[in-house]
Amino acid sequence: MSELTEASVRAEARAWLEANWNPNYGLVEWRTKLIESGWGAPHWPKQWYGRDLPVGLVPVVDEEFARIGAIHVAKAGIRTLAAATILAHGTDLQKEKYLRRILTGEDTWCQLFSEPGSGSDVAGAVTRAEMKGNQWIINGQKVWTTSAHKAHWGLLLARTDWDQPKHRGLSYFILDMKQPGVDVHPLRQMNGYASFNQVFMTDAVVPPDMIVANVGDGWAVTTTTLMHERRGADSLRSWARGSDKPGRAYDEERAEIATVMEPYKWYPQRAGRVDLIMPRARETGAINDPVARQEIAKVLVMARSAEWTARRARAAQEQGRPQGPEGSLGKLISSHIARAAARVHTQMLGANALLTGEDSPMHGVVAEILVSVPASSIAGGTDEIQRNIISERVLKMPREASVDTGKPFRDVPRNTVG
Amino acid sequence: MKFSFSNEQQEFREVLRRFLTDRAPTKEVRRLMETDAGYERDGWRKLNEELGLTAVRIPEEYGGQGFGFGEQCIVLEEMGRAVLCAPYFSTAVLAAGAIMNAGKEAEKKILLPGIAGGETIATLASAEDNGQWDASGVALTATKSGAGYMLNGHKSFVIDGATADLIVVLARAPGSTGESGLSFFTVPGDAPGLTRRALKVMDPTRKMARLEFSNTPATLLGTEGAAAAPFSKTMTEAIVCLANEMVGGADRLREDALAYAMMRMQFGRPIASFQSMKHKQADMLVEVELAKSAAYYAAAALDDGDDDVAATASLAKAAVSDAYIQTGVHAIQIHGGIGFTWDNDTHLWFKRAKASEVLFGDAHHHREMMMRTMTKDDAE
Repeated sequence: MSELTEASVRAEARAWLEANWNPNYGLVEWRTKLIESGWGAPHWPKQWYGRDLPVGLVPVVDEEFARIGAIHVAKAGIRTLAAATILAHGTDLQKEKYLRRILTGEDTWCQLFSEPGSGSDVAGAVTRAEMKGNQWIINGQKVWTTSAHKAHWGLLLARTDWDQPKHRGLSYFILDMKQPGVDVHPLRQMNGYASFNQVFMTDAVVPPDMIVANVGDGWAVTTTTLMHERRGADSLRSWARGSDKPGRAYDEERAEIATVMEPYKWYPQRAGRVDLIMPRARETGAINDPVARQEIAKVLVMARSAEWTARRARAAQEQGRPQGPEGSLGKLISSHIARAAARVHTQMLGANALLTGEDSPMHGVVAEILVSVPASSIAGGTDEIQRNIISERVLKMPREASVDTGKPFRDVPRNTVG
Repeated sequence: MKFSFSNEQQEFREVLRRFLTDRAPTKEVRRLMETDAGYERDGWRKLNEELGLTAVRIPEEYGGQGFGFGEQCIVLEEMGRAVLCAPYFSTAVLAAGAIMNAGKEAEKKILLPGIAGGETIATLASAEDNGQWDASGVALTATKSGAGYMLNGHKSFVIDGATADLIVVLARAPGSTGESGLSFFTVPGDAPGLTRRALKVMDPTRKMARLEFSNTPATLLGTEGAAAAPFSKTMTEAIVCLANEMVGGADRLREDALAYAMMRMQFGRPIASFQSMKHKQADMLVEVELAKSAAYYAAAALDDGDDDVAATASLAKAAVSDAYIQTGVHAIQIHGGIGFTWDNDTHLWFKRAKASEVLFGDAHHHREMMMRTMTKDDAE
């Protein structure tokens, strides 16, 4: 086999795309062709729709897609996490059944980890999975489940053994969301949107071959999923731009993007809309107020420094240097910025901060910042958990004394739900 | 390079850090800060010769090494870590900066080799009793006198002003105001009519002086009446250099406070195991890393000649001023009672943090400067 170089990979990918890409394909039709060629998931194993390409060469292939404007495999949402998890821990049967339809975008997935009683402490899940008559029977409640109402499949973390300590009594399942025992209800947030769901499972059924890894291995598998979740945030953002070109495949992709992005409409507001600060300052005249100028400058200083800190982390990664502490700080920094930005927006709104919707500036976008920002220091790991991670993993400070790790889970004090 | 350092730069930093750890422990800092000069000529000359520090950013044709701000800011960051007592900032940043920015070819050939070689200790005297850091506060006058000039007035907050061999003075033509009529002059430290008085400074690791000029003969540096632009450039550079020095100190304070928390036992456990300490340390790391990013970016922006470098410099000074003093406040708190004692080293950095916060304008000042630059094209 000839050696892979950046140039050889680029040439091969380009040749294939030039010979095969056509915007008039149906979306699934095109992706099916793409997947069969191995260029849809080139870093995956050859056996499973890939080409065993080193991860470092994937950007080269992506550049060729971008150059020719070819649509990629479906990448948005939980499906990417599902694919990574199944590739790492799944059986051949599971890979056979799910991977292809993940890549074509025909199947949608959701993640069933968080529960009303276990937010930061995900491993404290109390959703119950019991083997009865050769089936897993699931009972419990999950929450903060994005797109659960559309999902075909769920990545489910459930407790199979109450006599083991917390982390060891968990198992990981693939749950068919379209069954009578699964009830999905929208969860309305304080900003009025309902981007998430609550999922109630009442004697829901999982066939015995749809457990991922072994009974009791659920936490290790969950860790894989969460690791990919942290990595994936960037790629979603770039994908969501889509293309404005004509063609059936583009039309279908635009529709797909619109559906997937629906729950995320308010996310820019959640981050504080630093980009709106200067335009709003000019519009409201706050730009001439020395007190407001100070507050505005504080946010801008923080936001620019944060951007440069992220660039430092990326530069270290690209050069293959060990990442310094700068790589672990982004989440905490962004919630600081969001909060500071919301304060400045409030200051600039004056009395208009009393109003919302079309009675308020920018048809309610600014008002929406004020009631969305509180999520930024909670979602995806609270600020407090982030500080624990930074102090324990980066600064090597002692871990919190644990009162539950050695004990059988049934003896651990916990929230009572239902 | 705005986001990373080259292998050579990393190695340079490591060598410097080893050297300064070895040669400038806090025991030495404490000894030198008690002296009138705040440093010792022989010790400083030796250290400077071994590492060529004052030569770093001076071009090779003037006896220097011809590196950029990227390298000089590494030097400053490491000196800031060590709170090194040495006339480096005054000589290699302020005086050398003013000479490089304002001086004519012949003047640079005369003045810079002494600085690069470490024989000349120099400084820049620009601010006066009014404490304004920009040129508009300058009242000291220069009048023509025969072939040369005579200076009358005073300067204050002059770093190493009581001991410098060479003083670069910012003066104005009588009757001129604002940015016009400004010129640089050089005056030897022992010039007639020059009275130097060491000021009592809060940060004893960086000495300052008040200078009085009474018919003091002076030599013009650069073009007469045209010092405003090179002075402003020198100050932008000085602010970025100071910001990099400051992040070195902030990082060291953070690390020392962390080491102390790991070792200090209370209630039968290291205080580092308390969540209140862990969260404080995480916040300190965030603040210091953000400040570093701003300082590093600003240093590279100087080397890249970015158009908006003045705004970037102000951004960095604002970020770093807040971060350094806040880190100092936290560091004392983490140390508890001992952190407030003279014997504990924390106050060495705390005082440097406080002094540096104010030097060349505090965070408020620089946030305002940044906003002015960002809005300068707005219609009235």
